[in-house]
Amino acid sequence: MVGGPAGSGVFATGTIAAKALVYHGYSVFATNEYPSLIRGGHQWFLVVARWNGEALAHRRQLDVVLALDNRTVELHAHKLRKGGFVVCDEKVAGSLPNAEGVVSLPLSQLVSEVGAPPVAVNVAGLAALFGMLGGSLEQLHAAIRSYYRGRERLAELNVKVAAAGYTVGAEHSDRAAPKLKYEPRGRRLLIDGNSAVALGLLAGGMSFFAAYPITPASPILHFLAEVQRETGVAVVQAECELAAINMAIGAAFAGARSAVATSGPGFSLMTESLGEAAMTETPIVVVNVQRAGPSTGLPTHTAQGDLRFAIHASHGEFPRVVLAPGDPVEAYELACEALNIAWRYQVPVILLSDKFLGESYWTIEKLPEVQPEEGAVLRGSGTPGYVRYKITDSGVSPMALPGTEGVRVYANSNEHDEQGIVTTDPAVVKAMQDKRWRKLLALREEAERRGVKVYGEGGVALLVWGSVKTIAMEALRDLGGVKLVQVVWLEPFPAKALREAVGSRRLLVAENNARGQLASLVREHVLREPDAILLKYDGQPLEPEEVIEFVRANAR
Amino acid sequence: MRAALADLGFRRENVVAVAGIGCHGRMTEYLDVNAFHAIHGRAVPVAEGVKLANPKLTVLVHTGDGDAYAIGLSHLLHAARRNIGIKVLVHNNMVYALTTGQAGPTTPRGLKTRSTPYGSVEEPFNPLLLLLASGATFVARGFSDDVQHLKELVKRAILHKGFAVIDVIQPCVTFYDARQWFKERAYKLEDESHDPSDFRAALEKSLEAERVPLGVIYEVEKPTFEELVLSREHPPLALRNLKVKQPLGKLLSRFE
Repeated sequence: MVGGPAGSGVFATGTIAAKALVYHGYSVFATNEYPSLIRGGHQWFLVVARWNGEALAHRRQLDVVLALDNRTVELHAHKLRKGGFVVCDEKVAGSLPNAEGVVSLPLSQLVSEVGAPPVAVNVAGLAALFGMLGGSLEQLHAAIRSYYRGRERLAELNVKVAAAGYTVGAEHSDRAAPKLKYEPRGRRLLIDGNSAVALGLLAGGMSFFAAYPITPASPILHFLAEVQRETGVAVVQAECELAAINMAIGAAFAGARSAVATSGPGFSLMTESLGEAAMTETPIVVVNVQRAGPSTGLPTHTAQGDLRFAIHASHGEFPRVVLAPGDPVEAYELACEALNIAWRYQVPVILLSDKFLGESYWTIEKLPEVQPEEGAVLRGSGTPGYVRYKITDSGVSPMALPGTEGVRVYANSNEHDEQGIVTTDPAVVKAMQDKRWRKLLALREEAERRGVKVYGEGGVALLVWGSVKTIAMEALRDLGGVKLVQVVWLEPFPAKALREAVGSRRLLVAENNARGQLASLVREHVLREPDAILLKYDGQPLEPEEVIEFVRANAR
Repeated sequence: MRAALADLGFRRENVVAVAGIGCHGRMTEYLDVNAFHAIHGRAVPVAEGVKLANPKLTVLVHTGDGDAYAIGLSHLLHAARRNIGIKVLVHNNMVYALTTGQAGPTTPRGLKTRSTPYGSVEEPFNPLLLLLASGATFVARGFSDDVQHLKELVKRAILHKGFAVIDVIQPCVTFYDARQWFKERAYKLEDESHDPSDFRAALEKSLEAERVPLGVIYEVEKPTFEELVLSREHPPLALRNLKVKQPLGKLLSRFE
């Protein structure tokens, strides 16, 4: 773990460490916590590296802490395993009441000797740690160059700092065991959930994206803005979330595959327009990277509190789809799939991520193959007598685009007839409602077919959704006899598939919210009371250890 | 609007009208063009999305003083600031009429309505001044009493490059019939020596209170949002071929 005040380069240090360890051949998981401040406040970045098997989540115990200030030592040193140690600059060490287990190094001195600014003490400390652990300086340099891509002078300055830090650290290699291994394993990716969502949307043919800045969803906006020239995606920073979703609805009505990304407060603002998308049958994807609420809540902390809200958001009744990925690979697949579903059924699709998934990093070999599908779009010239809301058996009306010769496309947020003209005729109103609801039949089938995933086998079923998946998978290393069941489609709810997956096993549920929202869906759709529920709602993700203790305590 | 579109010879397939909620809302049913009847206050961002997805379309917004100046005000000002090529007609009757007569942002002080039975105590704001301050590149005022003049204004707005807004004074004969008041005070800017490219002169005109100037108050040419934001190397967003794959392989190098 690396810790320090916000603005001291904690994020850079952690990311470089994570990349360098991937280059060494490790599987790496990384996550971080930061305050809603630009300078000051405490921030940390945790890197977990595994040589055998996949690094899936954090663990309670730390091996080493790189402390950029004494507060980091106060907050985290007690989590060190036996034989673990703290690395810090001698100035930080000098301010500590107890220097036991602390490796004090002249980091700020060597930074000034190299001619780098004082903030470079972070890279000096990291390099010293790699020196102590006998890591590859070459791979550390490669990670620094990768992190500072496009900022060559900064990269080279940090490379010099790292070389000096590594030498100083190597002199203390007797303090650190075991040593780092190094065996290149070819190209692998270290990717966060937010980037995976952005890439999945691009792979799904998204050509229009609008957003209003909000933590922790802004990295999706940043990434897409950065790649807009290469990919041709139009990226608009709107004046508010209402504008963002309405721009996306307008763009989709005109024929552009569109998406927006936000977090809880912005999602709340978008809800009226979810109904607008549903009523006008305009395909739209809304990504909600959940954070802890209610209200402003904890802007930089994680939660799964928006599940019920996403399922019911907006007034009136209409079909929608709610999907929740559990890791970056699923985030990529489901972001593409969300667009496909939106266009296949002309319904709003909500992709529920969260801060933990969005801003944590996992090592993957490659992204899976995905395919955009056009859906019921009529291109080319129009057909005589075309009406936008034709009543069909599937409930899906072929969608012509404005600009099609001989066709008038009329979308209406008022209840309307087949042409789109306002109506209050009870028979027409009912027919249109029924038409929209008929989409649910096919959507239910898709949910039953693909909405539940299982891992492992045993007499106990551990039920999770969203980002708790990786934490539960990590817990499974220490647990026998557990079948992990993940619900990926939350709406429509795959009740039959879930009933089959769980069978007569004991049913345990683990969620990152206060009320057990998945558990409530189980009660509603499966008519079963879970045998035990583990809930966490303090802004922190669940710890694998908590899941292990919970399962052991409730396995019979 | 129908006459303006006919005069310009535009094909109806290439025109999209977006309406909000209010007395203007049924406009989309009176025009034989593509249409999106949006929710209250959000016609402008829907229109912006349409324009960005397919800039070849002529995108018209029909909105009212409640829709554009109250609930949806920020969208109007930001669209002006962006200079995105949508044409906004604000059907300004200075009152909420569809909801049976309440005061709105352009209701004169002292007017008795169902929500202000003792007279409105709020100062109305000045939409033209606000739009000029927001960077609108075309600001005009029309009057429903002079349809011929209004038609010419609409044509100029449509032909203007970028964002255009016309505040159309359109008194409500049921809830606030101010027709006579306006008739007595309205005059045409064309009849006087007003230079619409002069921003300070435009500000002066927008501040006029004794008389009501009609016509183009301000017009200037600037690059449009769609020109600046959309890629020239790719087809319009709405016409992309999904079989053309994104170069994701190249994007992945940053995650290595």
